[in-house]
Amino acid sequence: MNDLTLKPVVPPKRREIPHTVSPGLWTLAWRRLRTDSVAMVCLVIVAAFLLMMVLSGLNLVARDWAKEVGVNYAPPSWFNYEPPPAAPATPSGQNAVPEAAVPAVATPGSAFSSTVVDPIGGALAELQGGAKSAAPSSGGESAVVDPLADVMKEIEAQKNPPAAEGKSVDPLADVMKEIQAGKGATAAAADTRRATLPFGADKWGRDVIAKTIKGSETSIFVGLAAALVATLIGTFLGALAGYYGGWVDDALNWFYNVFSSIPYLLLILAVAAVLQQKGTMTIVLILGLTGWTGAFRLIRAEYLKHKGREYVQAADAIGASNTRRMFRHIFPNVSHVVLVQMSILVVAFIKSEVILSFLGFGVPVDVVSWGSMLNEAQNELILGKWWQLAAAGGTMAVLVTAFSLFTDALRDALDPKLRGTGS
Amino acid sequence: MLAYIFRRIWQMLPTLLGVVLLVFLLFNWVGGDPAYVLAGKISNPEQIENIRRQLGVDQPYYVQLGIFLKQIVTADFGASWSTNEKVSHILATRLGPSLTVLVPLLFLETIVAIALALAVAYVRGSLTDRMVMIVCTVGLSISILVYIIVFQYVFAYKFGWFPVQGWGNDFWENLTKFSVLPIIILLVVSIAPNLRLYRTFVLDEINQDYVRTARAKGVGENRIMWVHVLRNASIPMITHVMAALPGLLIGAFLVERFFSIPGIGREVILAVERSDFPVIKALTVYVAIATMVVNLLADLMYKAVDPRVQLK
Repeated sequence: MNDLTLKPVVPPKRREIPHTVSPGLWTLAWRRLRTDSVAMVCLVIVAAFLLMMVLSGLNLVARDWAKEVGVNYAPPSWFNYEPPPAAPATPSGQNAVPEAAVPAVATPGSAFSSTVVDPIGGALAELQGGAKSAAPSSGGESAVVDPLADVMKEIEAQKNPPAAEGKSVDPLADVMKEIQAGKGATAAAADTRRATLPFGADKWGRDVIAKTIKGSETSIFVGLAAALVATLIGTFLGALAGYYGGWVDDALNWFYNVFSSIPYLLLILAVAAVLQQKGTMTIVLILGLTGWTGAFRLIRAEYLKHKGREYVQAADAIGASNTRRMFRHIFPNVSHVVLVQMSILVVAFIKSEVILSFLGFGVPVDVVSWGSMLNEAQNELILGKWWQLAAAGGTMAVLVTAFSLFTDALRDALDPKLRGTGS
Repeated sequence: MLAYIFRRIWQMLPTLLGVVLLVFLLFNWVGGDPAYVLAGKISNPEQIENIRRQLGVDQPYYVQLGIFLKQIVTADFGASWSTNEKVSHILATRLGPSLTVLVPLLFLETIVAIALALAVAYVRGSLTDRMVMIVCTVGLSISILVYIIVFQYVFAYKFGWFPVQGWGNDFWENLTKFSVLPIIILLVVSIAPNLRLYRTFVLDEINQDYVRTARAKGVGENRIMWVHVLRNASIPMITHVMAALPGLLIGAFLVERFFSIPGIGREVILAVERSDFPVIKALTVYVAIATMVVNLLADLMYKAVDPRVQLK
């Protein structure tokens, strides 16, 4: 009896029904993505970088990146944890590199001049010859500060530290003075400086690992934030243009044409020249406000395609407003395009930030980014100090490779039709 | 054909007006009174007052816009705020060095990328193909700055194969001595993305029926690839080469700076460093015009490459 009454109440077949509901776009995409082993590896790498960015942003790692833990230009070494040089540190001598610990950078005199000065001397002679022959061709050459001039000064500064300090044109001169002043106060700290570090140290003896982590934080944050700003602007304008059409479309297309007919870097540089103030948020705004054109073009095309579809007409029939149709009904259907576009922009903006910061138009002097590290590394390389260049360039290459491959996989997983639209 | 060109130029005008407005808004409105910028560089207050009058800073905005339009049409932007050199003279003298690097680069890059793309697409799916693609993807991820720094250090400074930097007066000396390493660097940087893209263009064509037909009637493999396939794949390639021109300019900016080539790119960077507004304004407007003209040329080239294309 009981069995008979219970059966129709809970029929086993009805339980199956929820399982036969077809999975949504995101579930399907995730399933496709999970089968792609390259994409999963890249996702892990990208996630690790993001985690590092958050941890560094919360000051949990690399908090003391500005602390001089090693000797100046301490070379990288994994095994050779030499004790700090025993020589007593005097305030004036601290800037000089301990000869015993770092033979490659041995100070004034024989070892230095025999290994490094000759090639530079040749290069300089050539340079001066080149400069002389170039001089008549264009006026105003004299004001130019060329990269090698910096290097030459730096070499001279190494040879002869006290004399060169006064006339240094190094943009970081102020910072350096401050650091040197700080050094005088904490003379005891110098005793604990290490002669080698796992990834070496920079000009002031700051650990390159900590510096790279801090630089990653800045560069990745700028890339993500600027991509968010650019995608928001591009999506909003693209939605308006595609949905309303008519004069709105014409006006916004005109706007798009204007922005895309000025080469991107030139536009960024023009805005940077006008704004005159450096800051991480400034660079985010510059990149975001100038980089929305790609997203606009794609989203506009999607909205054009979607606005005539049945589900939008149905939304119209039940009385949904234009705004609601645009952002509640159509937007979820084009959101995958937005996501892929944003992902492409992150990579592009990280590259742009590095170039801008390298040129000195990006992050301020007291903030470290991959670009500012490469700027320092440019001069260090001629002195044979390759590790900062390797750290910044290598870290960036790993992240950008992982991010690009993941973006490709994401695009293929979300919408195979989009294949080949990004560069 | 002529009617088409005229119509296109007519259509450019609104965009051009927009560019002018944008630049005007940036430098005259956001940038504010030039006196603040000038105060640091020109000590003579009369001279500052002179520049302010010249720009019409105290006049209403439409007068200032009129002055700007007149400057563009007459190509007379006054003198640079930093070096007092005529802006028109700066533009005229800096163009040559930039083109000395860019034109050979454009030809070499296009030829090399197309030849490699045809070769790689021909052996598609093989180990060579996959290795080349992996190298391209990784190569694409390394910052252009790293390429320039390392190449300049290794090939110019360490091995001494090329001059570290410099520029002369003689065109041949510049082309064969000073611009060789910059061109090589830009070639390496720009080939990776282009090769990836061109390979997909070639792959789209390589399985078409006409290729099979050509093979069936006994056409040689070289002729199939270089004549039949290339001609069909060249339409998207032209679009891309033209679209990539501004990007080439970006690479040239950096290379010119590193190698002290007195070109447009280095001038832009210097002008931004010195807040030299007249130079940046002039360069932005004229480069935008050049970009629009290049786009028109691209559309005309479609017609030359593929007679089926209808210009409308």
